[in-house]
Amino acid sequence: MPTKIEKDSLTGRDTTGHEWDGLKELNTPLPKWWLWTFYACIAFSAVWVVIYPSIPGWRGTSGWIAREAVVAEVAEANARNAPMMARLREATPAQIAADPEMRAFATAGGRVAFANNCAGCHGAGGQGAVGGFPSLADDDWLWGGTLEAIQHTIRHGIRSNESDDQRQSQMPRFGADGLLTAAQINDVAEHVLSFTGRATDQAAAGRGAPLYAEQCASCHGDRGEGNREFGAPRLTDQVWLYGGSKRDIVAMIGNARAGVMPAWGQGRLDPAIVNMLTVYVHSLGGGE
Amino acid sequence: MAAATATAALAPGQASRAREATYVEAPIRAFAIATAFWGVVGFLMGVLIATQLAFPLLNLDLEWTTFGRLRPVHTSAVIFAFGGNALLGTSLFVVQRTCRARLFGGEDAGWFLFWGYQFFIVMAALGYVLGITQGKEYAEPEWYVDLWLTVLWVIYLVVFGGTIVKREEPHIYVANWFYLAFIITIAMLHIGNNISIPASLGSAISYSAPAGVQGAMIQWWYGHNAVGFFLTAGFLAMMYYFIPKQAERPVYSYRLSIVHFWTLIFLYIWAGPHHLHYTALPDWAQVLGMVFSVMLWMPSWGGMINGLMTLSGAWDKLRTNASLRFSVTAVGFYGMSTFEGPVMSIRAVNGLSHYTDWTIGHVHSGAMGWVGFITFGALYYLFPVLWRKKGMWSEKLIAWHFWLATLGIVFYITAMWVSGIMQGLMWRAYDELGFLQYSFVETVEAMHPYYVIRALGGVLYLTGALLMAFNLWKTVTSSEALEPEPAAAPAIAVAAE
Repeated sequence: MPTKIEKDSLTGRDTTGHEWDGLKELNTPLPKWWLWTFYACIAFSAVWVVIYPSIPGWRGTSGWIAREAVVAEVAEANARNAPMMARLREATPAQIAADPEMRAFATAGGRVAFANNCAGCHGAGGQGAVGGFPSLADDDWLWGGTLEAIQHTIRHGIRSNESDDQRQSQMPRFGADGLLTAAQINDVAEHVLSFTGRATDQAAAGRGAPLYAEQCASCHGDRGEGNREFGAPRLTDQVWLYGGSKRDIVAMIGNARAGVMPAWGQGRLDPAIVNMLTVYVHSLGGGE
Repeated sequence: MAAATATAALAPGQASRAREATYVEAPIRAFAIATAFWGVVGFLMGVLIATQLAFPLLNLDLEWTTFGRLRPVHTSAVIFAFGGNALLGTSLFVVQRTCRARLFGGEDAGWFLFWGYQFFIVMAALGYVLGITQGKEYAEPEWYVDLWLTVLWVIYLVVFGGTIVKREEPHIYVANWFYLAFIITIAMLHIGNNISIPASLGSAISYSAPAGVQGAMIQWWYGHNAVGFFLTAGFLAMMYYFIPKQAERPVYSYRLSIVHFWTLIFLYIWAGPHHLHYTALPDWAQVLGMVFSVMLWMPSWGGMINGLMTLSGAWDKLRTNASLRFSVTAVGFYGMSTFEGPVMSIRAVNGLSHYTDWTIGHVHSGAMGWVGFITFGALYYLFPVLWRKKGMWSEKLIAWHFWLATLGIVFYITAMWVSGIMQGLMWRAYDELGFLQYSFVETVEAMHPYYVIRALGGVLYLTGALLMAFNLWKTVTSSEALEPEPAAAPAIAVAAE
């Protein structure tokens, strides 16, 4: 098809004279603002590649290297906190709690350390969750709620086999291991429910009493008051680690479960951070 | 040539009408239907996984329905199934008409490409759901699917290139430059990023040949240019055909089309490293990725200018032609996201935006706004042409689709801007003692309302697409047909004057 340049009546521009399926093109020059902005971007880039590394071996006139910058920033932050971290490492939790400056630092840092390390199980506010994740915000402690007890638990963990001083106990699986029959487990569960006035079958609860005294009382106490030496939960309140319905209790007696917590002080966290966590957890609402 | 001159006075409309009968169209009709079908599938998957993010319960605790498996189903369905069918279909349509040549390889080649491509899509999606994946974003299909696509793509190149070679027009139309750049570069990227060795004889999974930071660099060379050549160059080709057609105006500037084509092609291919700021990638490569992205701003906008300015003298058509409204709004979103992209590639900005929802919002303003809208506009143009109808069944439904989809995008991207910037700021917030202000889980909790808004935006967008599917179906089944006689055919002979 021969080239046939036409004038577009609306814009006054010439066409290129070609046509495809009825489509034509105007021969409009490049918009000036477009061209100059493009040049400006190229100029910016030309300057940028001189200032910053842009070919292997060229460090740029600024000498700025991302990796060196982050190393320097981390070092600076560490240096800034070093004196305080040293104090926190040496002090006992009680000393930290008594010193306003250390306490403020430990609470702020403990909150972050808690969010990053503990919240996954214990919840963002330490509220815990049914299914073996105890609340740290109430005064119902399994292993003790004093500063020393909390520090020990964080440092050595629970049943994780990472420290010789770990919190350790094991509730037998009375049903699965054949220590009690299903009927006996039912009776014991009714007796446990009677501590909180919830037994529905008084006869069964009565039958469960001697079984309880024989099998359970050594850890949970004669009247279900619990025992922190074994991390044995109190059975006389409304706080239940694995659920407090009769079904939950029967399941627990028959096939006991036990939680595991890592030993955070054994190579995981700086001792200063363990102390910060101790003070923070103690302040959540249940500290003794 | 002689025949053309003999009928020169009344020729263009009449001649094109007569010639139309010789073009391959049946497989293109199938591509058009597949585009609408996979679009609905892709948007539906998007709504589902967006809702899963807001309400994790919807993962259903089944491995096949978890977010991790369904996310690539969503992205591939939208990019490769919806976008890919649109690109293949329109390219075969446009190349024949702008070259005045029947498709090289004829009807059979068209059908082979159609069924071969659908097979690729289904095999890829099946793999994702079953957990067979390379784990490379936008390149998840495993080696056996990659091999099939390679064969298919080479045939596609031969069919498309062959049609150009046997063209009767002396010059190659700008849309075809872009289609060709898309086809050739995607072949190169696809092969480059998928070099791998099956884990064992007969194994469906494979090891990537490059490892570590080299593997990451090649992945993002691929990933960014999938955006550049699949989602940009290919869809610019669509724009260069369908906007002047719908506006019935000449393209604004031939010179701009040349300059922005070559600068876009040259610069895009270097921009990949901006996906790897602040990583193990050497600083010099990061800096190059950033400056090439900055320089890419104007070449990208060249396409936007040519699209928008083609409407000068025809802006009034926006009031009456809802499908043109889609095409033009698409160009607006294209301009917005190709400005946002260079900004996000700047290292300091990237330090805030990277790994946050901002990136997701950016991708979606491109995918929903640009790719989606230009395709909707093209489909609304194509269906009446391909099925010889006077027009779409309902202009009113197109308008409803337009406003629902636009509102959906606005919900989506504003929610993701807010959520992304908030997320980035929360990650880097320190208290006065030097401790991080927020834990990761607190940022997730803060994003929940925005996840809900995002899902709602997706629902609106999906609703619009369902209206479109209904409208297209009604157009095929009950729109008024064009009169068959070719002699005076004025209805589509708009180019005649």
